[in-house]
Parts: sequence; structure tokens; C-alpha cells
Amino acid sequence: MLGYLFSRLVSVIPVALGVSLICFLLVHIAPGDPLVAIMPIDATAEQEAEMRAVYGFDKPLPVQFGIWLSNAVQGDLGRSIATGRPVGPEVTRAVGNTLLLAAAASVIGFPLGIFFGFMAGYLRDTVWDRIITASAIAGVSTPNYWLGMVLVIIFSITWPLLPSMGAGPGGSGAWVWDWQHMRHLVLPAITLAVVPMGIVMRTTRALVSDILDQDFVQALYAKGMTRTGVLRHVARNAAPTALSVIGLQLGYLLGGSILIETVFNWPGSGYLLSVAILQRDLPMLQGTILVLAMFFVTLNLLVDIAQSMIDPRISRA
Amino acid sequence: MSASNTLSIAPSLADVGGPAQPLITARDLTCHFPVRSGTFAPKKVVRAVDGIDFTIRKGETLGVVGESGCGKSTTARLLIGLVPVTGGKIIYDGQELGADLSLRNLRRGVQMVFQDSFASLNPRLTIEETIAFGPKVNGVPQAEALAIARDLLDRIGLDPARFAGRYPHELSGGQRQRVNIGRALAMRPRLLILDEAVSALDKSVEAQVLNLLDDLRRDFDLTYMFISHDLNVVRFISDRLMVMYLGEIVEVGPAEALYHKQAHPYTAALFAAMPSMDPDARTQVPPLAGDPPNPIDPPSGCRFHTRCPQASAVCGMTRPKVTTLGPGHQVACHLHDPNSGHPEATT
Amino acid sequence: MTFTTTPASVVIEVPAAPTVSYWAGVWHRLRRDPAALICAAILLALIFSATFAPWLGFADPYTGSMINRLKPIGTEGHILGTDELGRDMLSRLIYGGRLTLFLGITPVVTAFVIGTTLGLIAGYVGGWINALIMRVTDVFFAFPSVLLAIAISGALGAGIVNSLVSLTIVFIPPITRVAESVTASVRKLDYVDAARASGAGNFTIVRVQVLGNVLGPIFVYATSLTSVCMIISAGLSFLGLGVKPPEPEWGLMLNTLRTAIYINPWVAALPGMMIFITSLCLNLLSDGLRSAMNVRQ
Repeated sequence: MLGYLFSRLVSVIPVALGVSLICFLLVHIAPGDPLVAIMPIDATAEQEAEMRAVYGFDKPLPVQFGIWLSNAVQGDLGRSIATGRPVGPEVTRAVGNTLLLAAAASVIGFPLGIFFGFMAGYLRDTVWDRIITASAIAGVSTPNYWLGMVLVIIFSITWPLLPSMGAGPGGSGAWVWDWQHMRHLVLPAITLAVVPMGIVMRTTRALVSDILDQDFVQALYAKGMTRTGVLRHVARNAAPTALSVIGLQLGYLLGGSILIETVFNWPGSGYLLSVAILQRDLPMLQGTILVLAMFFVTLNLLVDIAQSMIDPRISRA
Repeated sequence: MSASNTLSIAPSLADVGGPAQPLITARDLTCHFPVRSGTFAPKKVVRAVDGIDFTIRKGETLGVVGESGCGKSTTARLLIGLVPVTGGKIIYDGQELGADLSLRNLRRGVQMVFQDSFASLNPRLTIEETIAFGPKVNGVPQAEALAIARDLLDRIGLDPARFAGRYPHELSGGQRQRVNIGRALAMRPRLLILDEAVSALDKSVEAQVLNLLDDLRRDFDLTYMFISHDLNVVRFISDRLMVMYLGEIVEVGPAEALYHKQAHPYTAALFAAMPSMDPDARTQVPPLAGDPPNPIDPPSGCRFHTRCPQASAVCGMTRPKVTTLGPGHQVACHLHDPNSGHPEATT
Repeated sequence: MTFTTTPASVVIEVPAAPTVSYWAGVWHRLRRDPAALICAAILLALIFSATFAPWLGFADPYTGSMINRLKPIGTEGHILGTDELGRDMLSRLIYGGRLTLFLGITPVVTAFVIGTTLGLIAGYVGGWINALIMRVTDVFFAFPSVLLAIAISGALGAGIVNSLVSLTIVFIPPITRVAESVTASVRKLDYVDAARASGAGNFTIVRVQVLGNVLGPIFVYATSLTSVCMIISAGLSFLGLGVKPPEPEWGLMLNTLRTAIYINPWVAALPGMMIFITSLCLNLLSDGLRSAMNVRQ
């Protein structure tokens, strides 16, 4: 187990480096001089010279990557062109809000997805299976930014039940765990949960239906095990794969939230990104992407480790 | 069977050394596979085939037996160039592979029929296309290659008019294995390796295919290397038997002689485990216990000593020498070497 | 040698049914799947009307009128209402299918060609070439697809070409991964060994023996990506990347109509409805194709 853990940890290093490299190159694939791209429009010649020296733009690309990477590791992600403030703290605050939204969506989406997927797989080829499968496909096919708009139309405009904008009453301000704030979380969280819920439903249904086809299930029934007992065996066999799909979908929540945050003006990383895109604020774009991607890499690592702990077939040598 | 069409009869490589020269001679043939158990684990090697010497004579059928993992299939794949040779020589009709003979030419002289009749046929090609593939890649024009394929279908007992355009999933297991034989014969080989080629078939179908093989041997002047775990079948089809254990040859001899008297304790154990219909023929030799040791780290001395009922101290220390017991009958066992130091050795 | 009295040339086995080629079988099964057929019909209708829109008598999608802004659904002359600049919604939705479908399908097609090639090479050749290709793929896999598309598009800036480039880059890694694993499993089969034993070169083996057996599963997987690709590409336009105004494109229309949801909500939601219907049809068709082709995932 320790050996597996160690080799899995080591294998993350090249991926993390590659991810950093792609993020670094984002500024360089942008049209025009990369230095101009990360500088305020009204910068003076002295500021330009200073930036050139600090970021090493006169040096070869690999050296620049080294400088950039060592800065990033120390938390220095550059300065925003639009506001002039350091990117790091802004990204950290925004990612916190995104994680809040993603967590709320997970709480809604995954249990429901697993429950209905399990039902559909167990009640295969019944009406219930068809209804659940059809809604899962509909969920997977939904453009979530549109679903957000539709929910706003229904629950904020037609019947003004829930707020449609921001993360709390009166615009900005820190998150508080009270009903006034949580009301703001409902619509975006439901919107975000729909696609992963559909995917989890489909996967769980396929898994359960495959496992029920296996001979060992017949053997369990044959030796007189009750339905609940058999279902427990099925669940244990489905768990590792279901877990890995859920892990991937957690990553989807990070990506999917970008568009939804734009719809609901949710002050998270996606909102930050969309503002950065509008203002062509490349340092902000780069920093946000880097933090989100690193988060995703870590998440995948944790899911892999968790999976290896509950799945006896993965080598623990 | 009439030989009206001579298209596929002549071997693609002409005879060189005459009937006395062995078709295949293997000298110290070795095949090691590197394996890694983890990212940081040290490299190890699987000694799949570990320095074996044998010959296959022209026109004979050499039966190869042994437990799974003993190196039978690897030996076959070495002879046809599907796994790289780690060491030693393969000599085909007097020509050494790599020196006098290219791999491409060796493959024209040696072909193989695989065990899994389904996995060895491309599901997207008709059986006619499958058989014609070999000749085509060797420069035979399309029309002629298809003519060869149809002729071969006829010879393997599948009516070309009905079967040529069929796909593998539309055939039975026996029919598919006939196609595999036809595909191999399309290359006009002189040696045909049958790697458990009839093992997966029903007994009645197996008998038909064995009869077919017997006919084809005469028609095509073939030499067979017949690998199987079914000693009954091997006994009937083979002229000579070769017994392998953990990548080494432990005994070679005429099939009938070996069937009546086995020199090596391992061969004896194999034959003892063979089911017999005759109650009087049942032996009192205990069957083999346990599994063969790991070929990554084979036992020292005689590799069989860990499971041998007659093992003594010398067996764990020195590798047994090859002793000749009779015409063509050789064994690698301390029991038959008077100078080995084994207490029960023949004197 | 005497086993039976049956001569070798006589086969006592029941003849099989008339030969059915693989693709004929697929078509036969697909024809019996009503959901897939309906979806195919809807998609064909959308593609047809988008392609031939100028000749089908729709209103000009670019010309609006300030007095006719944001008319509701069912207005005389504007059956689906008008947008924030008074342009006919029906016409813009039909014309919008052109860019939306183009941007949804082209990247997957391009990624299919590139990813299949890379995956075939990696899976067939193996060794360090496999390691190189697959490790680079892993790095791109470390980004959620939407995030990667936004990152590349955001750096390159708005525009149709930039959108195509970024989406293609997003979909090459998943297709490469599937192509590699399918190829690696086919490569182990005995018929590939048999082809090698007959002296065929690698190129011939891949062309004749491998390609036909790996394209099906890769193709089915690629079709399942089309709906995702369309949703993301419309999403890019929704964010202000991708297509620029005044071009009609469903994602961009959804964006410019966002402010109108307080005035005329259901007209504003129409472009998203189109994305949803198209993506649903693509998914159902892909599912039908998967079961017709017996591909397991």
C-alpha cells in the first residue's frame, strides 16, 4: 500500500509540471508581445523595462518558465492588468466561493444520481428504468448556462421565490451560514448538479445492471441470500468504479461552474475568469486556470488513492 | 484427394540439405522477458525458454508436452519470429536464422495455427480474404491470391462456393480452425506448428480436424510440431515426444517408447495423471502436487527437484547432464547418470 | 491413425445463415431503434434548413427594426418573436444552426482524425513512443474540458478559428486515449500475430488487420463527444469568446438576450432550447449507434 501511495504521488509530479507549462504558455500563445499582454495599457517605458527584468522576458523561454514557476510556487501569480492588484489573493478568495458552490452541487447531485442509477439498474427494463434513463440523457444533454436562465425565469421572475444574482444580500460581503445567504446558493447549485447527476445515474445504472448479470449474483440467490443481502454485494462491487466517476465529475463541477457563475453573478473563479476574458486580463486568466487545474490534479490523486483503498483488485504491493 | 491444382502444393522454400538434414535445429535457444512489478522495483527476467537444444526432422511430427508456463508456446513463437530470440541459434534446413536466412524467409518456411480459433481470425475479413492475406503481402497478385484461398478452402473441407464470403462469426469452432490451418498453408510452409490447435474443440470435431491434418501432411509434404496438453492426442499423432519443464527440455524420445516407459520422474508424473479408460492401466505413481515454481526465479540444480518424489541432495545443487538411453531417447536427470552422485542412480 | 471413419473432406456441420457483413448488420439494428431514427431525422432537418436557409424564404437574420424589439412568441409575422434588436427569432435560430452545428462538429471530426492517428501509433508501436504520447495526453487530461477550452480560447482571443483550434485541442486527448487502449487490446490478438507471421509489414497490418477493428469503437466514442463539443462551443460564445456579433449563433444569442429575460423571458430562452434539443438528439443517436455496433464502454 505504501509503495503504491508513493509511486502514485511521484507520478503526479510530471503531470503537475506539464499543467504548469501549459498555463505558462497561455500568455505566449496570445497574439502579440507577451510582455504587452501582461502589462497595463498605460504603463510607462520604465515600468516596461522593470517588468522585462523581473519576469525575464529577455531570456530564453525555458529560463522564463523557471522564473515563472518559482514565483508561482511562492504564491506570486503576477498582477492583474485591470486592477493592478496581485492575482494570488483574488484567485484564492474566488476559488473558495467556487468550492462552496461545487460542494453544494455535489450534495444534491451525487446521492440522487447514485440512488436513481441504482434503481434503474435494479429495475432494468421496467417503466421506472425508462423514465430514469430518459431523464439522465436529458440531464447530460443540458447546456447548464441555459438551464440556469430557465430556472431564473421560473423561480425568480415568474414566481419570485429565490434570488438570481450574487452570493448574498446586498452584493459583496463574506459568506455566512444563514438562510439569507443560503437562498442564493439554491438555484446555482441545482443548475450545476444536473449534468454530473445525469452522468452518475447512467454510470451507476450500467454498473449495477452489469453486476446483476454476473454469475456470482445467481450463486448468492441460489444459496438463499435475501434481496437486501444481494444488493449489498452489488453495491460493494459497484463502489470503486462509481467512486472514480464521481471523482471525475467533481472536476467537471469546477469547469462547469465557470459558465453558471457568469449566469448567476456568483463571485467565484468562473466569474473572475469571465471578467478576465472581457478585459483581456491575461495574468488573471493564467492564475485562475493554474489554481483550478492544480486543484483538479490533486482531486484526481485523492480519488485514485481512495479507490485503491476500497478496491482489492488494485495492486497494493 | 486429387492434386489437380498444384498452385499451393510446392513449398515456397525448396529443400536444401536432403532428407537426412533436420528441418529445424535449435541450439541453446533462449528467450527471457524483462518484467517490472512497479515503477521502482528492480528489473527481473522471466526465463520463459532457457537454453534448449532440439531438432525437428523432415516429415516427422514432434509432439511437445508440459504444464502451462513450461515454455511450449514461447518455443513455438521463437521458431516463427513472434518473440525475439535472447540467445542461441535457430537453423532452418542448414541455414542459420540471421546469418544465412532472413526472418522473412524463415516465416515462409514455418507457419503456425493458434489455439483460440476466434481470436486468430480477423472478424472484419471474410475467410477468403484472411487466407489470401499471406500470399498477397508476399507479392502474389490479388486474383491469384484469391484463387489460392479458394483452392485451399476446398482442401480443408470447406466448399469455396458456400464459405469463401463468410465471416468468422458465421462459422463453427471446427470450421474456424480449418480456416486457420488454410491460412497457414497459404504460405506454403514446410513446418506447421500447431499450438494447442485442437484443444478447444469438441472431441468429435477434434477427431475430424486431426484426420484432416493427417491428410494434409501427405498432400503438402509437411512436418508438424504439435503442442498439446492432451497426452492421448499427442501420442497418436506424434512420432517423437519432447517434454518441457520450466523453460527446459527434460526428456526427448520416440512417442511409443516414451508412452510405455518414462525415464524422467516428471514425464512419469505427467503420464500418471493421464486419464485412462483401462482400469488395469491405472498407475500407483502419485500425481504432481502444487504448481510449477516461478520462472522468474527457477530452482537451482534440477528445476524439478522441488516437486520430485525421488529428489536427493545432488538434485538441488547441480544441473543434470543429458544422458542417452536408447535410439533417439535422451533424458536430463541425475537418476540416469551413473556419475551424478544420486543414491538411486542407475549404474 | 484411425479416429473416425469420416473422410476429412466431408463436413458434417450445419451451414450458417446467408452472409451478413458487419455494416449491414449495424444498419439493420439501427433501423429498429425508433429513438435513434427520430433523432437522426431532427438532426438532418436542422442541418438541411441551416444549410439552405437563404433559399427557404426566411427573413434576413441581420436586419432588425427598433420599433419591433422583443416581440413575444406568436407575434404576427414573427412566429417566434424578435430579439433585442428587433430581428426575427425564427430566422436567426435557423441561420444560427449554421455556425453552432459547424463549431460543434468540426472540432470532433478533426480531433477524431488526429487522435485516432496518435492512438494507433501509441497503441501499436508501444514502448517509449507510447509513453511519450500518453504522458502528454495525461497532462491535457489534467484539465476539465470546459476549463481547457476557456483557457486556450481566452488566451487566443475571440473568433471562430480560435474557437475551432481550442476545441480541437480539448478533444484530441480523450480520443487518443480511447484509440490507444482499443489498439493495444487488438494488437494482442492472435490474428495480428498471424499476420506478422505471414511477413506483412507494420503499415499493412495496421491498414488491413487493425484499423477495421478499432475504428468502430473510436467512432462511437467520438460521436458521444459531439454533444459536449457543441455545448462547450456555444458556451464559449456565451462567454464572449468564439463567435462575434452580429453573426447568429445560439450561444451568442443566448448571451445577448440575457438582459431581456425580465421583458420577454421565453424568447430569451429559445436559443438554449435549440442547443438542448440538438445535443439531446446527438446523445440519443450516439447511444443508438453504440448498441447497434455492440460497443461496450
